[in-house]
Amino acid sequence: MTSAPITTVEGRGIVLHGHDIDTDRIIPARFLKTISFAGLGNHVFADDRAAAGGCHPFDCPEHKGARILVVNRNFGCGSSREHAPQALRRWGIAAVVGESFAEIFASNCLALGMPCLRGETEVIEHVQQVVQEQPHVHFCLTLAASTLHGLDHHWPLMIDSGPQTMLLNGCWDATGLLLSHEQELRRTASQLPYLNPSSG
Amino acid sequence: MSTGTLYDKVWALHRVADLPGGQTQLFIGLHLIHEVTSPQAFAMLGERGLKVRHPERTVATVDHIVPTTDQGRPLADPLAEAMLAALEKNCANHGLRLYGFDSGQQGIVHVIAPELGLSQPGMTIACGDSHTSTHGAFGAIAFGIGTSQVRDVLASQSLALDKLKVRRISIHGSLTPGVFAKDVALHVIRRLGVKSGMGYAYEFSGSCVAALAMEERMTLCNMAIEAGARCGYVNPDQVCFDYLHNRPEAPRGAAWHRAVTWWRSLASDVNAVYDDEVAVDAGEIAPTVTWGITPGQAMAVDEVVPTPDQLPPGEEPLAQEAYRYMDLRPGQPIAGTPVDVCFIGSCTNGRLSDLRDAALVARGRHVAHGMKAFVVPGSQQVARAAEAEGLDAVFAQAGFEWRRPGCSMCLAMNPDRLEGRQLSASSSNRNFKGRQGSASGRTLLMSPAMVAAAAVSGVVTDVRTLLSHTKTPERGLTE
Ligand code: SF4
Repeated sequence: MTSAPITTVEGRGIVLHGHDIDTDRIIPARFLKTISFAGLGNHVFADDRAAAGGCHPFDCPEHKGARILVVNRNFGCGSSREHAPQALRRWGIAAVVGESFAEIFASNCLALGMPCLRGETEVIEHVQQVVQEQPHVHFCLTLAASTLHGLDHHWPLMIDSGPQTMLLNGCWDATGLLLSHEQELRRTASQLPYLNPSSG
Repeated sequence: MSTGTLYDKVWALHRVADLPGGQTQLFIGLHLIHEVTSPQAFAMLGERGLKVRHPERTVATVDHIVPTTDQGRPLADPLAEAMLAALEKNCANHGLRLYGFDSGQQGIVHVIAPELGLSQPGMTIACGDSHTSTHGAFGAIAFGIGTSQVRDVLASQSLALDKLKVRRISIHGSLTPGVFAKDVALHVIRRLGVKSGMGYAYEFSGSCVAALAMEERMTLCNMAIEAGARCGYVNPDQVCFDYLHNRPEAPRGAAWHRAVTWWRSLASDVNAVYDDEVAVDAGEIAPTVTWGITPGQAMAVDEVVPTPDQLPPGEEPLAQEAYRYMDLRPGQPIAGTPVDVCFIGSCTNGRLSDLRDAALVARGRHVAHGMKAFVVPGSQQVARAAEAEGLDAVFAQAGFEWRRPGCSMCLAMNPDRLEGRQLSASSSNRNFKGRQGSASGRTLLMSPAMVAAAAVSGVVTDVRTLLSHTKTPERGLTE
């Protein structure tokens, strides 16, 4: 069982300024009262958008259809809810670029095949400036080289080799890969004292 | 790279395979599930025609959405009822143990797994909830996962993971009266920052941690995720073994003795190598309260709200946002701030010792006029034990509502929620904007004793001033 390789993400950008934007803000808890992820896209940043009265980036007409979200530090901290990347994804986001990401959020994104790439503060601020001043610029994110291309710029980004390889090889949906190690799974289980309490 | 730590030993033992790209396939010894993050995972499993690989290593309870007043079925909220029904159906279909309302053991997942003796040293424990770090108190590698990973664990009892670095946080010395594990956690997060733990497992050690009871260690490890550390742990010792002994799911007889020998061998070696080390002086820690919108925006209760120039570089924009949102001025004392709602509960502080600490403050006093104050035990077992020693009556006489177990106003997925701009004093773990059910609601995190102090005073109050009029709490009386 493999998933499709992800080598590039193309499209317009959308900027969300601020550090420590937590998953409670990305998708408030009341929208978790569901047994399916369908429909979450409508509620992404629901409270922030309501508070901004239509002026939130996710409501601006010029960002409609944007695919690359550009954020600052520690994006996605807090609750482990996969509903957060699911909501972003269902709104239309296909990749996130930022100064840093909370770990559980980044691994949840990876499981959806949604790359999270990091950049130095100056790089991210520059990209954010370009997106804000020229929302119609078309970007291309290249996974193998970890770069973002747009206008005449090539911005260097970073991604750990694990997620990078999994995305490029199309094995970001890990289930099939994990299940392929039947022998190794059995061997490990047989060596764990707490699974074999009568031996030892 | 760390060597010889508990984290290294447990990791090595559970390593299944090396994956392309450098990740490791890690066996998961215990998988805890609940109604919010599992239904989509079961759906994904169904779509692929997969079964649960180790149904005996998967344990379910219902906690996030449950009402804390009337728990009769069907639940009043149809969405909550649908989620509970889905969990029941999925557990029945796959043969999984579910601790529901009628089990006598239902409660917050991070409260019931320890009290059942399911969480043990040397295990890898995963749950679709970020506060899974709690179980690290037992010397386990325990961490939160997302729904796709819940699917992976259900299907393969394993996960694709990157190994973390290990930071030892040595907390030395003794806590002063009125200072609790929650204060230690908030103090550490304040000092290190909410992002400090990214990429790290936190090992909590030192004489202060060694002296903490298991319930206090759980509070400390619970909050590791609020420092950004996906898992936090304490090396297993006699305190841990004494807690586990005779718990329903703990090994018995000869197997118990073998287990204890193995558990002892897992503790970090004296010459273990850490990727980083930090020392904290326990004697310096005061009752600690958050003033902002992240758990790192914390202060001693007798300090003033920090001014921008007192903050670490780069923190000012967030502080400005926090001043505005919280309606607090830099330089203003936090003590004396009027509070609207007081919440005692959650997986951070909803255990018996927490309720005892709060009851000690509440006993013989009464909640302030107009204050809404309520106590939500972390589990049915906690509720029974508290009721057996009359804590429910102490709270009721003091004007607190005594509720049924659940997550309640920690994240307000049930009817317990703030309204409008209400300010809560809360023993939970997150003070994010909107966390407690109102988009403009405000939260001050603190220890259960401090919440009780706020409830009876009507304002944020240094619990030490109230304890000096009662008897000094005895430490370690909790287990
Ligand atoms: S009490 Fe709060 S933090 Fe703990 S499991 Fe429930 S919702 Fe999550």
